[in-house]
Amino acid sequence: MAKKAESSLKNMLLALTAIALVAAAALAALNAVTAEPVAKAQQAKVEKAISAVLPAFDRLEERTVDGTTCYVAFDQAGQMVGAAVSAGNDKGFGGHLQLMVGFDAEGSVSGYQILETHETPGLGAKADQWFQKDGKGNVIGRKPADGNLTVKKDGGDIDAITGSTITSRAFLGIINDAAAVFANINR
Amino acid sequence: MKASEIIKNGLIKENPTWVLILGMCPTLATTTSLVNGLSMGLATTFVLMMSNIVISLLKSVIPDKVRIPAFIVIIATFVTMVEMVMKAYLPGLYDSLGLFISLIVVNCIVLGRAEAFASKNNVGHSALDGLFMGLGFTWALSLLGFVRELLGTGCVLGHSVIGGADGMLMMILPPGGFLALGFLMALINRIRNKKS
Repeated sequence: MAKKAESSLKNMLLALTAIALVAAAALAALNAVTAEPVAKAQQAKVEKAISAVLPAFDRLEERTVDGTTCYVAFDQAGQMVGAAVSAGNDKGFGGHLQLMVGFDAEGSVSGYQILETHETPGLGAKADQWFQKDGKGNVIGRKPADGNLTVKKDGGDIDAITGSTITSRAFLGIINDAAAVFANINR
Repeated sequence: MKASEIIKNGLIKENPTWVLILGMCPTLATTTSLVNGLSMGLATTFVLMMSNIVISLLKSVIPDKVRIPAFIVIIATFVTMVEMVMKAYLPGLYDSLGLFISLIVVNCIVLGRAEAFASKNNVGHSALDGLFMGLGFTWALSLLGFVRELLGTGCVLGHSVIGGADGMLMMILPPGGFLALGFLMALINRIRNKKS
């Protein structure tokens, strides 16, 4: 076995500096390689969510309304067919909850997708199915402008996820906020 | 030390999860499904093997008094690499493992093998030790993930195998992690003791 380097100040400085420099260089190189796929994956996720929540459309226009990013969809004739609103809040059980909420031209919910969630698996995390068209707390086709959507416990008519009232409240809060943004979209 | 001994140590005799009981945080936190357990295990295996190789190569130039910071920098570099690659090419998996990938840095198995094995053995044996310690960790996490997913949701790899049942939710939540770990550990150590 080779002789072990002595723990002198010079040796320690040299060894740690060299290791840190090589590590930094390797990571910088890898970061340059992966930066593009990371951005692409993020973009693909958003695009997939937009087309999942909106009725068929021909062209998208990105707008910022009340500080929220919206994607307004138009058909071939230039008629607005709806818009997807990327909204979120920090009221979830696990913290931040971010949704892509789609509305048709009349302002009814046409779909939603969860972009970011920290809810409990098996409980709050069920939100991805629960509020869909064949879920127990269906919100698709509802029009929040006619009155905010709330869970039954709060006097509304939406079934909350069993055991996850906090997640359900956060979720519906985001839908209502998104609807408020949607109402201002053409202003 | 013979190669077959190193392999056996990692997989069974000194299995990091069932025998050494190291790295319990990722073990309990990420094994909510088979896929998560398996991926976490494989990510850790990569880090273990690479850091063991590099540390074994550098063992004579790293002065003793700064070996721990040097090891941690090397380990953290490989963990960050795994994280970047996963974020770029497997974003779905990154979403579900997220935070726990970066926590591989402080997984005591990785530093433990660097200190106990790689800094004293040659490169070939260190690579082998890293690989099989990692695979030992991987099969333990996969088994735990499989049991918890099956009991907690009635699914295997996301496909329902117990028709119509919702499963015992508790098995996916933290208490279920402790229960599954305890029972499996008892069972495996019983089998191990009988054999020896």
